Order: sequence, then structure tokens, then C-alpha cells
Amino acid sequence: MTNQKQWQDICKTGEILPNIGVCALFEGQQVAIFKIADSSGTEQLFAINNYCPFSESNTISRGLVGSLAGKIVVASPLYKQHFDLSTGICLEDSTVSLDIYPVRIEGDTVQLAA
Amino acid sequence: MSKKIKLVVIGNGPVGHNFLEYLVDSGKADHYQVTVFGEEPLPAYDRVHLTAWFKTQSVDDINMVHDNFYGKNNFTLHIGNKATKIDRENKVVHSESGLEVSYDKIILATGSFPFVPPVPGHERDNIFVYRTIEDLEKITEAAKTAKVGTVIGGGLLGLEAAKAVMDLGLKTHVVEFAPRLMAVQIDGGGGAMLSKKIQDLGVSVHTNKNTQNIGDGNEAVHKMSFADGSELETDIIVFSAGIRPRDELGHSSDLQMGERGGIVINNNTLTSDKDIYAIGEVALWNNKIFGLIAPGNAMAHAAVDHLTGTGTSEFAGADMSTKLKLMGVDVASIGDAHGNTPNSRSYTYVNDREEVYKKIVVSEDDKYLLGAVLIGDAAEYGSLLQFMLNKIELPAEPEGLILPSIDGSSSGIGVDALPDSAQLCSCLNVTKGDIIEAVEAGATDMAAIKSCTKAATGCGGCAALVTQVLNCELEKLGVEVNTDLCEHFAYTRQDLYNIIRIEKIKSFAELLDKHGTGLGCDICKPTAANILASCWNDHVLESNLQGLQDTNDFYMGNMQKDGTYSVVPRIAGGEITPEKLIVLGEVAKEYGLYTKITGGQRIDLFGARVEQLPPIWRKLVDAGFETGHAYGKSLRTVKSCVGSTWCRYGVQDSMGLAITLENRYKGLRSPHKIKFGVSGCTRECAEAQSKDFGIIATENGWNLYVCGNGGMKPRHADLFASDLDDKLLIQYIDRICMFYVRTADRLQRTSVWMDNMEGGLEYLKSVIIDDKLGLAAELEQEMLNVVDTYQCEWKTTIDDPEKMKRFTHFINSDKADNNVIFTTEREQIRPAFAGEKSLAIEVK
Repeated sequence: MTNQKQWQDICKTGEILPNIGVCALFEGQQVAIFKIADSSGTEQLFAINNYCPFSESNTISRGLVGSLAGKIVVASPLYKQHFDLSTGICLEDSTVSLDIYPVRIEGDTVQLAA
Repeated sequence: MSKKIKLVVIGNGPVGHNFLEYLVDSGKADHYQVTVFGEEPLPAYDRVHLTAWFKTQSVDDINMVHDNFYGKNNFTLHIGNKATKIDRENKVVHSESGLEVSYDKIILATGSFPFVPPVPGHERDNIFVYRTIEDLEKITEAAKTAKVGTVIGGGLLGLEAAKAVMDLGLKTHVVEFAPRLMAVQIDGGGGAMLSKKIQDLGVSVHTNKNTQNIGDGNEAVHKMSFADGSELETDIIVFSAGIRPRDELGHSSDLQMGERGGIVINNNTLTSDKDIYAIGEVALWNNKIFGLIAPGNAMAHAAVDHLTGTGTSEFAGADMSTKLKLMGVDVASIGDAHGNTPNSRSYTYVNDREEVYKKIVVSEDDKYLLGAVLIGDAAEYGSLLQFMLNKIELPAEPEGLILPSIDGSSSGIGVDALPDSAQLCSCLNVTKGDIIEAVEAGATDMAAIKSCTKAATGCGGCAALVTQVLNCELEKLGVEVNTDLCEHFAYTRQDLYNIIRIEKIKSFAELLDKHGTGLGCDICKPTAANILASCWNDHVLESNLQGLQDTNDFYMGNMQKDGTYSVVPRIAGGEITPEKLIVLGEVAKEYGLYTKITGGQRIDLFGARVEQLPPIWRKLVDAGFETGHAYGKSLRTVKSCVGSTWCRYGVQDSMGLAITLENRYKGLRSPHKIKFGVSGCTRECAEAQSKDFGIIATENGWNLYVCGNGGMKPRHADLFASDLDDKLLIQYIDRICMFYVRTADRLQRTSVWMDNMEGGLEYLKSVIIDDKLGLAAELEQEMLNVVDTYQCEWKTTIDDPEKMKRFTHFINSDKADNNVIFTTEREQIRPAFAGEKSLAIEVK
């Protein structure tokens, strides 16, 4: 299945700093991309919708990232709800979730797929 | 509604007033038609803290009546109007001004008057007593032309009076009839240590002196002659030789009286007339007059309970144990301080270097504490008192209770052993049970305990004990008293601060690696960034720091609800040139920003998108503006009035000081935001007493107030020091600021910091003024480092292309966020509501 995805170039890997989000314009949607680095230097990419349903603003990419009880999360910068970056589910209210997107590095380029 | 009961309260001192407070608390106040008579021209004030009046000469500081208490409760208050007669037959009270008020019930709370022994010459001018504000005003006036002041009476109140005389700048003597000071409360050894400490402060103590005559002096106004042939010359004399009950009304209305005065009461505080109660210092219970506030309050409680039937408390005597600070010296006395109990044993610890004296008196079998005296250090007062009051069995070798522990651990009482009935706060009669109830209702810190139980808000002597009970109860409730910052660090903010400073840690990665787990989170990252900034003051956008910053610090603006940011340049002290005002107007106009003048005397520009921030700040920086740090946990503004430069009332240059202070402390990252205010005179137009640091000009310099707050939970700032010159003022602020940075919790304003500080204001003074912890030089050096490394974060940023890269909404497009939509209101922009947005998009 993976092979059939339409990957789209977003930016160079170096343009995304570890643990600081960016926002990409992808097929008319705003997608927050995070490169999470742990102390061993291992890096992992996550992509999640940039729209925060609690504040109704496009601000998720500007949230602080971290870990809570083993989950890798981003905190909404306005009202501080946490979203699991792997699933998009809100930790404080599991009925709310954000769309997540496939993301990968191809060479030195970050790519998103629908 | 049935007819109201006519209640007349005679006397408007602290006990009379507290009676009314308790009546309101009982919920039955509206069953009574209350009339209050007070002889003094002012409504009730806190006589216990009369010396506080000297600091500011402001009645507000000791006023007990708040929020229109009398008006709100429909109590009729006649002040400056003494009740002169009780007509028991017709049930009418007569007053000095000719008022006649009929009554169903009377509360007599007329208090006492200072006893002046009939020494020849006692009626001369320039001889005073120490009880009312009027007395204090007269003493202050007389002190203006005096050099020497003498207090007759070395009891508790006499020493308070001596402190006041000393503070008025007079050479001060204390003359005591007995062989030692505070003869009632403390023993010989304690008295000797107390005398020594007080003499160190410059007060001459003369014991064993029986004053026989007061006549004309040669060098001074008076000459006092003593029975032993010695003499003392002095300009003013203050008598503090004990109190006598104000019981004239009892006499004239034929109530049952004590042989030596005082109106006899029973356990319900009823006099011999079933419609008349007597409470406080006028009342005689079991042939005793109680001259302290706590028993007076207990009587007031008993009276309310009996009158309204809402409770069952009775007055059953009072423990006269007391702890206080006399001229900065801790003094405490508990129970049988003199060891009068037959066969009792005592243990004494004397330390001449530290000038500390401690004694405990225990039962013959070493099992129970009977009494204690503590001079110079009264830290054990709370636990010793509980041992005595609750008859808790002492540990083997009870002397350990007062010996200094070598390892710094405390050998005090386990609070769990206390019964629920144990009274922890005697000033406000708060029991352990009350604290437990408050904890069960959700109180989890000292600030909450203080606000719902009032514990530790009187003398504050019980704060340490109350804190222990609080923590113990929280633990029992399963509320783990977890002070860890978050799941990534098993440390408090203070711990992390110390770790970062001592180990010279410069990055979050290093901190996490050495002392934490996981990846961090939105709690610990900004906290670490904040501490790193307080310690090392590197730019917030350094590569190893930027990922820790909350979005406000990251974009150096305050994110608004729609994801745009506000732009707030610093306008130190609120002073701005017309040229700069024009620049602000032009920038706002060019970028279509909403403008508003703030409470902090500056101008906020709202509605800037991230990509607009750099060009906006380029223009502002070029015009000479700096960042205002409105986005940081840091110094915000120093609000000020124009001061002596323009104002006819100003006594100092408040404007100049405000600008100096704002420029000194700008950029300091602290546990929470910090606000200052500087007023040029006591009219206080800058509202400085609602700020973290408030400075008010005096004729002689500046008064410094600390830890005030407006906002959610207003708190009046406490007077920290008076008449400071610029240099000392800044020195104290440097120290307090850095001590706050060092010891406060995350996001804890100075007001809450102070409310939770063990020892409170006095402790802070001892650290900052007396340098008790030996930290002063270090704190100043740390502040100097912050001041010296200041940079305008925006200027540095716009000059650095690397840092500028972040200011786009999209990493892969120059487009703007299409969800940021404004509409117009009152000729300015505002974010569109959801409904308006969909409309706007359709129109497009």
C-alpha cells in the first residue's frame, strides 16, 4: 500500500530543527511537522494537523513537544491540551483528535503524503 | 419577620469588634438590631500591633474594620461617643452625647486603662501612657523636641513602648520595679539574657528601681528619683505599669464586681445580670483579668454562642503562654515558666555567643511539660506549647527538645500525635481539627489554609506547626505531597535552580541527561529555560535554548487567541517623547494593528502575524525602542507618577527612580512576572502597594513595600523598610529579587511566595537586611551579572539572519495563515468570530 502513496516534497531536513515544530502547506491544509530527538540523538518525524480545535486557531506547530507517560506529545500553545503525536488523540479529552499524516525523509528532503 | 432583639455593644476595641465579626459568622446577625458605642474617635483598630502605627503613622495598617463591615451588616456605630450609664430598670443605655438606646441585651467590652501609680509628679506635662492612637500621637509630637525618653514598666507592653520611643530617635531607658524584665512571664536567667540583648540594641535597662518622685530636671525636663537614691533625667516619660479594667459602668449599675475591680462573669461570660455580658479585659473570670487578645476573643466566642444558641463554647480560662518579638528579640513564655510546681524539674540551655536562653520545666517524673522560657530563639515554641496543652508524653531525656541538634534535624513533636482539639493558632483559635477540615475541603497549601481558617494570620508564631499539620494531613488523604516539578524531574523548582547554578549547567539536554528522564514537557522546558536565563542570561533564541521556550518567548510576543502576537515596546516609567509616540502610531497604521494603552503605562499593538514581527521590530528598534518583555516571566513595568518634578505634592523624583529601576531590572527572568510602582508622595498615585515592589517617597527618602499584588487575589504589599536612600533601596531590591528567583515555586508571584514563607516578612527582613543566611553579597553579585549582560532580545534577533528564519507561517510557502481574519470595531481591527469568518471566506 505504502508504495501507492503520493509523496510530496516539503522542505530540506536541515530546515526542521530538533524538537521545534514547523508548519507546512500541504494540499491546501496546514500540517505541523516535528522532528523529535532524544538524548541518544535518535530522530523521529511526526506530522499532525496544525489546527487546534480548542482555540480554533492554526497554532499546533508552535507548541512545545515532550513526553508524557511514555507518549510523545505536543502541547497546544494557547490552552495547553496535549496531543499524542503518534495517534493525534488529545490526552485531556479522548473524544478530540487531530488528523495525522505520513511523513518521511527521502535523501535530504522531508516528504508528506495524504 | 419577628421583632429584632435590641443588642447594645459598649466598647469598640479589638474584642468588641471581634464579637461582632463572630456574630456575623454565626449567621444570626440579622436577628439583632445592633448599636455600638465606642469612646475613641476611630473605629476598632488592632491595639496589639500599635507599634506598627509608628512605622507609617497610618491607621490603615492596623484598622480592623474592612469592607464597610458596619454599614453592610446594618450595625449602628457611634464612635467618639462614650456610654455613660446603664439604666437596668428601664433597660436603656445613655451616652455622653445624650443618646438613649433601649436594649434587650448588652455586651460590655470596655477594656482597660493603663495604670499610673500615684508617684508624686505623675501629673506633670510630657508624661504619657501607651494604649491608644491618640497616646501615640501625643508621644510623637513631644518627641520632636525631646532627646531622652523613659518607659516606666519593663513588662511586655513597656518593652513595646520602649521600642516605639527608640524608633522616634530618643535615647531610651526602661525602668522596672522588679529585679528583671517581664517578671511575670520569664525567669531570672531569661530576664538577664533579655536585658543583655535589649541593652545591645542601645536601650538602657534599670531594674530594681522604685520611682519615688518626678520633679524638674537640670539637663532634661524631668528628674526621676528612685528609692535607692539614684536619679535619672529624661524629657518624656511613658507609664506602662499594668492595666486596670474599665469597669465604671459595672459599678454604677450595681453588677457584681471583684474586690479589686473587674466585672464578674461566668463561663458563658454572663454578668450577675442575665441580660448583660462582659468580655475582654473588663471581665473578671475566676478572680482573674486576662490582658491578652486570645482570651478576649475566646470570651467573645462564648458570648456569641450563648447569646445566639449557635454553639456551645464556654470560657474556661486561658493559657497565658505567649510568643512575641520585642525589638527584634524572640521571647516566649509557656505555662509554669518559673517552675513553681512542687518537685518540678528544669533543664536550661544557655549560649552566650548566640545570646540564646532556653529552659523547660517538666513534671517530677520527666513525663510532662509544665512550662518553658525561650529568649533569643523561640523556634520550639509551637511544639513545646502542644506538649503542654495536650499533655503529650515527653521523649526520654526531654532536654533534647531545647538542645541544638548537631545534624540540623528537629527533635520537635510529631504533629500526628496531636489530638484534633489541639489549638494550633491561639490568636485566632484555630484547632488542628479546623486545619484537617480545610484540607478535606481542598486546601493544599499555606495560602489556602490562611484564607479559609485564618490560622497563622495573627502573630504568625504557629506557621511552622500549621505547615506540618497540613503536609501530614495531605499525605494521609493520599494527596501525595509531591513537589516534583513534573514527571521528568523529581525535584522542585528551587532544587533545579540550585542544581543548575552549582553544577553550572548551561542546557536543558545536560540537565535532563544528568538529573531527569524522558523528553521533557511544556512544564519543565520553560521552567528550565527560565532558570537558565536567571542564572546565565543567554539570549532566549540561542540554539540550545530556543526549543525550550513557550511560544511567547519563542516569538518574543504574546500569542493572542487567533494565533497572532502583540507587540509591546518598553516605555520605561511610562515616559515617552512625542517623536516616539508618532513612531508607534505610524507602525500601527502601516501594519493595521489594534492599539491600546495598558495599565502598566505603555502601549500594546495587537494583531501582528509572525511574518510581520521582524519588520515591525526593525522600525521600532531603529526609532530607539527596546523589547518590553511583556511575553516573559520577567520585569514588566515600573508604574510611576510624575513626582516632585511636576507635582506640587511630590517630595521625591519618582519619575527618575522609576526609569532607573526599570532599566536596571529589565530582562531579568524570574519565576513569574514582576511589577513595580513608584509614587512621589504618600498620595500613592502609582498604586505602588499593589505591586511586587512598591516604592513610596517620604520626606527622607523611600519606603519600600514588597509582595503586593492586584489581579486575581489582591494583596497589599508589606512595608519592608523605611526612609531608604537610593543606594540602599536598590541594594535591598537586588537581594529580594534574587532571593525570590532562587526560592520561589514555578509561576509563583511574590505575594503567594510571601504567604507561604515560613517566618514571613520578619524572616525576609532577617535574610535581606541582617543577612542571616550570609547570602547578601552572592545575591547582589548574581543580580549584577544579569544587569551587566542585558541585551534587547529583539535587536539581537533582527540583526541575526539565522534567528530570523523562524518568522514565517509556512516552511514551504510565503502565504499567510488564512484563518487569521479581522473585522472592524470602533474604528480598529479585532479577530473575527467563527460566524463572521465563514462569511468572510465566502465573500472571497
